[in-house]
Amino acid sequence: MPPAGPEDHARGEGDILIVYADLGCPHCAAAWEEICRRPARIVFRHFPVTSKHPRAPALHAAAEAAGRQGRFFEMVDSLYADRARVDDPHLWERAERFGLDLERFEEDRRADQVAARVRRDFESGIRAGVIGTPAMYSPS
Amino acid sequence: MIAAGEPAPEFTLRNQDGERVSLSDYRGRKVMLVFYPLDFSPVCSDQLSIYQEVKPEIAEKGVELVGISVDHGFAHKAFQEKLGIDTPLLADFEPKGGVARAYGAYIEQTGHANRSLVLVDEEGTVAWVHESPTPLEIPGANVIFDALETVGSDA
Repeated sequence: MPPAGPEDHARGEGDILIVYADLGCPHCAAAWEEICRRPARIVFRHFPVTSKHPRAPALHAAAEAAGRQGRFFEMVDSLYADRARVDDPHLWERAERFGLDLERFEEDRRADQVAARVRRDFESGIRAGVIGTPAMYSPS
Repeated sequence: MIAAGEPAPEFTLRNQDGERVSLSDYRGRKVMLVFYPLDFSPVCSDQLSIYQEVKPEIAEKGVELVGISVDHGFAHKAFQEKLGIDTPLLADFEPKGGVARAYGAYIEQTGHANRSLVLVDEEGTVAWVHESPTPLEIPGANVIFDALETVGSDA
């Protein structure tokens, strides 16, 4: 598994905790608050399981696009906190609430580079043997 | 458990649509038999969902995936739809677990297969096997890719 690096989305202070999570996954949503309360530096890695959660790719792209304007974890927190509101108009509402440039957000979340960024995390999870989400690793 | 180098026992089972599928249908191609305990157990769901996500990459290496459990085809159909997967699922239903037994993947005490992977090559010979220590331990897709690299380098 690739170690945490500057390319990763990370928040908090403490020992590194790498979390492979699916933004369409109810188990991840249920666990997310608890995970974030841990005294650790949480590294979020994208692991959308599309066959199970068809909306997941759009949500991961939205988080990544928000991240390009410095609001990655705000988007992740919000998507997990309100799983019933994840259609496009709800994403736009969030983007506005977080003060994002909406036009840029729309462009970014459809960009190939964003999809590739999400896929890169996913593939690193596959290579690491992730088989369900959330999957957590504390590098020793 | 069957071992690499042995001939893969032939079988004919019905799939999720009630169609008969034989191992020999895959002759000339590689097929990965994915034995799993039961439809609708949350653990299996994740295993087959994850495999579905990397199916194109597995197909690129010339390997098709086939799931096998003791469930009936009707259950398989519903399970496939629930997971949103298109991996064929074969019903090892009557005699129950007959194919799993032939491959040494059946657990008598629990009445279902252990989580086992069997790669059958183009000639119908077992090329590689993986048996989970317990049905709770799920082989990740990385196990499949590692196997394909090893087996592929011999070819």
